Amino acid sequence: MSPPLVITSPTTGTDWELVIGLEVHAELATVTKMFSGAPNVFGGEPNTNIDPVTLGLPGSLPVVNRRAVELGIRVGLALHCSVRRSTFARKNYFYPDMPKDYQISQFDEPLNVDGWLELPDGTRAGIERAHLEEDTGKSSHQGGDGRIHGAESSLVDYNRAGVPLIEIVGRPDLHSPEDARAYVSELRSILVAIGASDGKMEEGSMRVDANVSVRPVGDGELGTRCEVKNVNSLRSLVRAIDYEARRQVDVIEAGDRVHQETRHWDEEAGRTRAGRSKEGAEDYRYFLEPDLVVLDPSPEWVAEIAADLPVLPAARRARLAAAAGVTPGEVALAVERKLDDLALATIELGAEPARVLNHVEHNLAVDGAAGLDPAQFAALVGLELDGSLTATQAKQVLAEMVTSGSSPAAIARAHGFEAMDTSALEGIVDAVIAGNEADWAEFVAGDDKKRGKLTGFFVGQVMKESKGQADGKAVTALLNQRRDGA
Amino acid sequence: MAAMSERITRDDVAHVATLAKLALSDAELDEFTEQLAAVLDHAADVEALDVADVAPTAHPYPLSNVLRADELGPTLDRDEVLAQAPAVADGRFSVPAILGEEP
Amino acid sequence: MSASLAAAPPQGTAAEIARSVRAGERSAREVLDAHLAGVEATEGEVHAFNLVLADEARAAADALDVRIAAGEDPGPLAGVPVALKDNLCTRGIPTTCSSKILAGWRPPYDATVVQLLAGAGAVTIGKTNLDEFAMGSSTENSAFGPTRNPHDPTRVPGGSSGGSAAAVAAGFAPISLGSDTGGSIRQPAALCGVVGLKPTYGLVSRYGLIAFASSLDQIGPFATTVADAALVLDVIAGHDPHDSTSIPEPVPSYSATLDRGVEGLRIGLITELMGEGIAPDVAARVREAAAALEAAGATVGEASVPAARLGLSAYYLIAPAEASSNLARYDGVRYGLRVDAPTTGEMMTATRTAGFGAEVKRRIMLGTYALSAGYYDAYYGKALKVRTLIIRDFAAAYEHFDLLLSPTSPTTAFALGDKTADPLSMYLNDVCTIPTNLSGDAAISVPFGTGDDGLPVGVQLLAPALGEVAMLRAAAVVEAAAPRNAEVRA
Repeated sequence: MSPPLVITSPTTGTDWELVIGLEVHAELATVTKMFSGAPNVFGGEPNTNIDPVTLGLPGSLPVVNRRAVELGIRVGLALHCSVRRSTFARKNYFYPDMPKDYQISQFDEPLNVDGWLELPDGTRAGIERAHLEEDTGKSSHQGGDGRIHGAESSLVDYNRAGVPLIEIVGRPDLHSPEDARAYVSELRSILVAIGASDGKMEEGSMRVDANVSVRPVGDGELGTRCEVKNVNSLRSLVRAIDYEARRQVDVIEAGDRVHQETRHWDEEAGRTRAGRSKEGAEDYRYFLEPDLVVLDPSPEWVAEIAADLPVLPAARRARLAAAAGVTPGEVALAVERKLDDLALATIELGAEPARVLNHVEHNLAVDGAAGLDPAQFAALVGLELDGSLTATQAKQVLAEMVTSGSSPAAIARAHGFEAMDTSALEGIVDAVIAGNEADWAEFVAGDDKKRGKLTGFFVGQVMKESKGQADGKAVTALLNQRRDGA
Repeated sequence: MAAMSERITRDDVAHVATLAKLALSDAELDEFTEQLAAVLDHAADVEALDVADVAPTAHPYPLSNVLRADELGPTLDRDEVLAQAPAVADGRFSVPAILGEEP
Repeated sequence: MSASLAAAPPQGTAAEIARSVRAGERSAREVLDAHLAGVEATEGEVHAFNLVLADEARAAADALDVRIAAGEDPGPLAGVPVALKDNLCTRGIPTTCSSKILAGWRPPYDATVVQLLAGAGAVTIGKTNLDEFAMGSSTENSAFGPTRNPHDPTRVPGGSSGGSAAAVAAGFAPISLGSDTGGSIRQPAALCGVVGLKPTYGLVSRYGLIAFASSLDQIGPFATTVADAALVLDVIAGHDPHDSTSIPEPVPSYSATLDRGVEGLRIGLITELMGEGIAPDVAARVREAAAALEAAGATVGEASVPAARLGLSAYYLIAPAEASSNLARYDGVRYGLRVDAPTTGEMMTATRTAGFGAEVKRRIMLGTYALSAGYYDAYYGKALKVRTLIIRDFAAAYEHFDLLLSPTSPTTAFALGDKTADPLSMYLNDVCTIPTNLSGDAAISVPFGTGDDGLPVGVQLLAPALGEVAMLRAAAVVEAAAPRNAEVRA
């Protein structure tokens, strides 16, 4: 985990820490809805992806989608949960985007329990449960500024009602906004890798609510928490948690107490606001859903699903890190970009790991990069290492390798890239030094800072004179040699 | 033995009516309190039972794993549905101002 | 006693109609018209229907006749008029549950049973009256006025499927469908002198039945004969993938072996349902039915189902709890009544307050209370355990007996207005029928003579889950032995 965020009160000097537990709802990538055969698609004309069950019409009955269960089990296994015999329950409350004015969810007996999520740095965050439920419709507010406060009326679209959701409840193991970001990012990678969800926060197919509380550092008890909703991006998540933690510290230090409530993140204003509807907690009157029966996945089915799981991000990081001789955190970006298979294969062919990873991180964030031939890639790295190509040239060759599929040698030849031979390079360096006497004097006499700046200047000049064929590192080395009297 | 009025109070009934989105007049509140108390009083024989080691039965016929294939089924004609709606605009169901966010 | 409006259906039983229509001896249209004439004559007094579908039925009958003329066989209920309880969804046709909150609502889909009946060639003649949302035992809770018992119009037909029972008793249709959650088919059948059957829970699809209490509701037939009830069950029973609680096993024929008799069957008279609270003349009829079964070769003994006594209390916690949730969807947003208000919350409250009758409100509140925080374990949670006890006691009884016997209703039909002031007194009508809803088993009410007041009495046969075949055979024997009297016309 990242270092915990500590908020030190300027007035009292007390050090406060924060405790964060995240609830993530992800829409499952099924063809049809959780309890009926209506289409599960994003967008579309309002109220066109509906059937009697979606609208909760009188007399309609739910039937569980097998694929949603399969994906739910996949999520549980990927998060190292126990997959259990589970039941469905009704969560009763009135709201216009709820067609039945109850939501079918799982309460007492959820599908998956007691797992954990490995963050890119190798630490673990606990997962309490991951269960199945159905999504609600969407209301858009008319009049006012489009937000619910001050609206005159609302229009309800039930296209989204009934879409299968998995709700993943994390334990309060996170202690900084950065942890939260890492957690959500990793969770998203997992969900996408296993094909359970497309995890698009901006489209609402993944939603994050943050339970935030604060306590004095070292205090064992948990403070009163607030649930922060309406966070629509990772950046908002970080900002919202930071704001809310500080807000709570201010409240407590002012002598007041934090009220347990739902708070909404206002992205424009950069603050959370208390929800309007609360006077005490809702009584959802949970009871077993009488229209559905027990879900008891057989060990055989669970084993089949486990066997089909792809290699997960954590395992990919471990694998590539081991091959490259670095920490998992250092290969996180490669895995995130889905270039780890390529990098691994290239390194296994003997290419220098550092250079491979460097290219992956800086030069291969393009479509089609994953299709690169590892042997060609390894050859390119070889050309760099033996001095045949400068770093700049290698970058250009690599880009063309992706689009054309030709070999690095062929491309280098076509461009006329050959490393400059040493004496030619020395010649150009000396010429540039001679043509810039005053700057050279400063370079020789100057401090590190001055010298750093001037190095850039001289390298640039050499590059110009050599028409980009000089290798930056070699030039710098020569400049230093000259300065030292060599 | 608890008196009827202890079984469910007028305040309980008022609270429950609010939860159920029903508005009751004072007279109705009184009448319903009396009637509900009588029913719950009759149900006292259930409440008094010691059934600690009896498992609850939610379903009379034990079925499990009733699942359907993830295949498209027929959808409803939007016009037919909206024709039955009390208020409609832009292909959506129109409702008055919603105070309070979704729980 | 007031002049009886009870009448046999004018064209005979469903079996006879289907046979003759399929054989081309009668047209579906003439059969229908004969029934519509009866409706026209006395429906004004009986008020069995919320909606008579004369035009639609004529069109359907005509279409059937065309198909028959073309050599097609429309099915085992060809040309048979059927009345449907108005809590069964009929596409494009108002389905109201006898509630103001659904007045005029036209479902965009048909209930599975409605499709099955149409597929068998039946002709829907109308939607029948019920206690609002099936909550009641007298059909006096209908928002559209009560139905009257055809045997005596000053009396209730029973409930909640009073309209469907009365329709058959008045001869408006030879068969009808009702729903039974705590006795709502069997009790009105008994009070109206017709056959009423509640199948095993899960045997008949609930898809399209507007829910009252999901773990208790079942759809079943009313008929003038046991054979007709079996015929209808043959059509509507079976697995439906739209209903997760639908039993997946294949179903037997209920009609095929109906006449096999009861030789060797062990029948238990339920002690707890023959004593206090049961009218002596009703109990007497049940004993006579028991004697008839014995004479036909069964052995009759005394059965004990102690937990049956707890049934009423458990039911009046479980059913309202589920109902309070099932009826939450009536909020004025998507269909049905809407009473306008400045905010959605106020609109929902105003709509539900105006749209629901007193009994529905009572049960919603009772159910909400039973589920609410702090009370769940004491009430709803415990009631589910009582259910287990009831199932156990029935299972124990069925180790010694193949079928059980009891009254259907504690009394004959009571007068309109008699029990409306005291809800609890109304609930006591269901004491004999409720236990089988909780256990999920099958049960049937067969008319067997009359009480001292000349009003019909029904006796109830109970069977273990999926035991309808034996139950119907026994019912046929009871039916054959039933006393004939001035009120019952063949």
